[in-house]
Amino acid sequence: MTATELSGTELTGTELAGPTPSQTVGPYLAIGLPWPDGPDVVPPGTPGAFEVVGTVFDGNGQPVPDAMVETWQADPDGRFDHPDDPRGAVPGWRGFGRSATDDSGSYVIRTVLPGALPGQAPHLDVSVFSRGLLNRVVTRIYFPDHQDAHATDPVLTSVPEKRRGTLVAVPSEGGYRFDVHLQGPGETVFFDV
Amino acid sequence: MAVPTHHVAEAGTLPQYRSDPDGSQPPLDFPAYRSTGLRHPNEPLILLPQRLTEVTGPVLGPGRVGPLDHDLTRQHAGEPIGQRIIVHGTLRDGNGRPVPNSLVEIWQANAGGRYRHKVDNWPSPLDPNFTGVGRALTDAQGHYEFVTIKPGAYPWGNHDNAWRPAHIHFSVFGRAFTQRLVTQMYFPDDPLFAHDPVFNSVPDEAARQRMVSQFDLDNTVEQWALGFRFDIVLRGRSATPFEEPHQ
Repeated sequence: MTATELSGTELTGTELAGPTPSQTVGPYLAIGLPWPDGPDVVPPGTPGAFEVVGTVFDGNGQPVPDAMVETWQADPDGRFDHPDDPRGAVPGWRGFGRSATDDSGSYVIRTVLPGALPGQAPHLDVSVFSRGLLNRVVTRIYFPDHQDAHATDPVLTSVPEKRRGTLVAVPSEGGYRFDVHLQGPGETVFFDV
Repeated sequence: MAVPTHHVAEAGTLPQYRSDPDGSQPPLDFPAYRSTGLRHPNEPLILLPQRLTEVTGPVLGPGRVGPLDHDLTRQHAGEPIGQRIIVHGTLRDGNGRPVPNSLVEIWQANAGGRYRHKVDNWPSPLDPNFTGVGRALTDAQGHYEFVTIKPGAYPWGNHDNAWRPAHIHFSVFGRAFTQRLVTQMYFPDDPLFAHDPVFNSVPDEAARQRMVSQFDLDNTVEQWALGFRFDIVLRGRSATPFEEPHQ
């Protein structure tokens, strides 16, 4: 987006418009939001690619079959394809994954490990949507490969120590497992972003 | 005094996005909408300061949208039954800046209030000429447009004789992870508003009204389709950027 495209429409500080409220995705998001290549953050066959698989659970420990998980992450060098990255954009890096949960409440994302960001351990930002969630909930996925960096990560260290584990994926066949507990014992840490 | 008119990233600084005003977003725990009961976190949310991952976001361009994706009345051999409508509007942030070239996704019930989904089986017919899914890109001014049919209201099991007001689901990305929004567009003067906990989960009346489209005679096409305008406002940027630490 260029400065020219932005000019002429800016409201003054006293005329800021209120945001459109969030509403639930409802039970039928699966007709509209999944894409055939949604889970593919990187193209199939990318060296080093793995799966992040997980189940979304409700407060009774029951799987949530009508949820959707989205992920957003840096590339292996810790860079984004985005104009607001002050280090410059890396064209062609999608960085985004989307997976509806299946009948067993499971999702899958296929990606590669993100690189570290300035002052932060490698991570994925995650949004979870479902019927019964009037707004998305936001969490992060960290990887057990980066334990040293976790000790100084400003976000992880802002979380009570006994809950930090909910943000770290566990190794599994083909990649990692990251379950989401919307409520109850082992409740995933969710962020106000 | 105008706020800065553009936000080209300066070395080491990141844009920051304002929090939503109190009452403008629904709570996660809202007992009148029963499905929130087991799906809302009990623990308080933890503040996530906006750093690189939060102020960037996916740039989903033209490759996501086919030539007829914006016209839900032309995706089958015949036309769907129902009131043909044009739904259009502008995607902006809270500073009034348009969000150009950005993906807008919609899904909806047919004219009889039935979704083409395996678990929607209430006794209203499916329409063989209607899928109920659309995609469009905003143009350089942030404007989008769909052609579709007006969805019907439908019953649900939340409470006795519960019916959802007619609505179209909208999914938009904006420019940053922190701006991601999924919402529902409603139609003016729906008598079901007063009885719908999803609509009424938003505490602030003015905020609720921002989910209601407006009848738009100027974009109503004679002998063809009614126009409705639905402008979407995402979080705006605050004046103070964040100093990104250097390694």
